[in-house]
Amino acid sequence: MSDAVASRPSPPATAPLRLRRIVLPYATITGAVLLILWQLATYVFHIPSYLLPTPLDILASMIADWRLLLRHSWVTVAEIGAGFAISVLTGVPIAICVTYSKFFDRAVYPLIVGSQTIPKVAIAPILLAWFGFGIAPKMIIVVLVAFFPIVINTVVGLRSAPPQMIHLARSMGASGWQIFWRFRMPQALPSIFAGMKMATILSVIGATVAEFVGAESGTGYLIMIAGNNFDIARQFSAVTVLSLVGMVFFWLVERVERLCLPWHVSIRGQH
Amino acid sequence: MAAGNIETTTSPRSGTAWRKRPSAPTADPVIAPARISLRGVSKTFAGRHGSVEALSSVSLSIGAGEFVSIIGPSGCGKSTLLMLVAGLEPATGGTIDIGGKLITKPTSDLGIVFQQDVLLEWRSALDNILLQCQIRGLDVAGARDRARELLAMVGIDGFASSYPHELSGGMRQRVSICRALVHDPPLLLMDEPFGALDALTRDQLQIDLLRLWSRRRMTVLFITHSISEAIFLSDRIVVMSPRPGRIEDVITVDLPRPRRLAVRETPEFIAYVRRVTEVFKSLGVLRDEDP
Repeated sequence: MSDAVASRPSPPATAPLRLRRIVLPYATITGAVLLILWQLATYVFHIPSYLLPTPLDILASMIADWRLLLRHSWVTVAEIGAGFAISVLTGVPIAICVTYSKFFDRAVYPLIVGSQTIPKVAIAPILLAWFGFGIAPKMIIVVLVAFFPIVINTVVGLRSAPPQMIHLARSMGASGWQIFWRFRMPQALPSIFAGMKMATILSVIGATVAEFVGAESGTGYLIMIAGNNFDIARQFSAVTVLSLVGMVFFWLVERVERLCLPWHVSIRGQH
Repeated sequence: MAAGNIETTTSPRSGTAWRKRPSAPTADPVIAPARISLRGVSKTFAGRHGSVEALSSVSLSIGAGEFVSIIGPSGCGKSTLLMLVAGLEPATGGTIDIGGKLITKPTSDLGIVFQQDVLLEWRSALDNILLQCQIRGLDVAGARDRARELLAMVGIDGFASSYPHELSGGMRQRVSICRALVHDPPLLLMDEPFGALDALTRDQLQIDLLRLWSRRRMTVLFITHSISEAIFLSDRIVVMSPRPGRIEDVITVDLPRPRRLAVRETPEFIAYVRRVTEVFKSLGVLRDEDP
C-alpha cells in the first residue's frame, strides 16, 4: 500500500473498535446492592409489610399476579406506543414547518410553546368527558405530553446547521430538497433523538396519570385498585412493571439512535 | 468578454499546460480556468441601526488561472466580496462576471473552502468529497479515483474511510479542500481557510494548496488576513481598507515558482511584507509608534 513517509500522518491502524458497553453491569450491581439493603432494612427496622413490602415480597406478588400484570400493562404499552408514534409523526413535520415557514414560526410556534403551561392532569377529566374511558383519552394525553419535547428539539436541530454548511450546499447547486435531506435533516437527527428520549419517559408518566383519572384497565388503573384494597405489594409490583416498560422503551429508542448515528459525539463518548 | 474562452493558453503561468496530469483517469471535458471581472461592485447591508456599507465600488479583474489574495482588516468586507462572487449574496451595485457569465444567483461553477471545514460528521472523508458529485449529479464512481488522487496529493490518502471526528483540524481542512476540487472547478474560492489552524499546520497546508494549484491551475480567490500567507501564495495581492471596504492597493508578487518555504527568508519576500505593512500603516490599521 502507501509508503508512509515519517512526516506524513499515518492512517489509523485498525477500524475504530466497538467496545462493549461497560455501563450496564455497574448499574446492575448498584441496583442489586440497594435492593439487598432494602430487604435487610425491613428486617432490621421491623417495617411492617403493609407499609413497605420487601423486594422479595414484590417479586412474589409479581410472580403470583403475572397474568393480571401482563394484561393491564399491555394496555398501557399500547397507549404509550400509539401516543409516542403519533407524537413523532406529527411533531417532526410540525417542527419542519416551523423551521421553513415564517407563518408557522410566528403564528403557530408560540401557541405550541404557550400551550405547554396547561397542566395535562388538569385536562384529563375533560378528555374523559369527551372520549370516555377507553384508550383514546390516554393516547391523547400521551401525545400532548410527548409531542412537545420532540417539536422543540427538532426545531433546534434543524436550525443548528451552520450557515456556511448551507452556503456550501448552495454553491454545489443543491436544491431545497437536497439541502433538507442531505444537510439539515442528518444534522438535526441527534437533537431529534434527544427529544424522543425525553418523550419516552414523559409518555409513561402521561399514560399513568391518564389512567389514574379514569380507566377500566391499564397499569395505572391497577395501581389505583390495589391502593383501594390496601394491597401495597401489588401496587409496588405494578410500579415496577411501569418502570420496566419505561426502561425498555428508552432502551429501544437508544438502540435505534445508535444504529442511525454511529458518528455522533454522544455515542462515540461511550466507547 | 468576447475572448471568453481562449484563456487556456494565455494563463499567466503559461508554459506547462495547466491540465497536464499523470494518467488522468477522467473523461470530463476540459474546463478552462475562469476569468473574473468585478465592476463597481458595492454592497450595503440593512442593519438595525440604519444601513451599513460593507463594500464600496470595488473593481477588479482576475485572469484565468491566476492566484489572487484579498487581504484586509477584520470587517473590511472581504468575506462579503467572496459571497458576492459565489452569487450567494446579491450585490447592491455593480456587476460581477465569471467567464463572461453575469452572476445574479448562486453559481455552481466553483469550489468553496470556508474557515470552518463544514465536513458532514456522518460521512467518511471520501464520502464528504463525493458529496460534491452526488449533489451535482456527476458520475460518482468515476469521481472516486479523482477523490483518492486528491487525498494523496495532500498526503492523507490513508484516511479516506476515516470519519471527520477521527481527523485533526489540518486533515479536516485538507478534506474540505479536496471536496472543493473534486469536480475540477474553473474557480476556487477560499475564505480564510487556514485561519483556524496552528502555525505549522498552516504552513503545510499552504504548501499542499500550491501543489494542488500547480497541478490543476484553476483560478483562486483567496481571502486572508495574514500578510506572509498572501505573499507566499499569490500572483497578486489586493489590499483592502477598513469598512467600507475599498481596494487600496494591488501588488503583483513577482517571486519565482514553485515557491518553497525558504522564499519567506529572501530579501524580496521581506520587501513585499514591508510594502503591504506600509499600506496598512497608512490606513491606520497598524500603528507601531507609541502615542
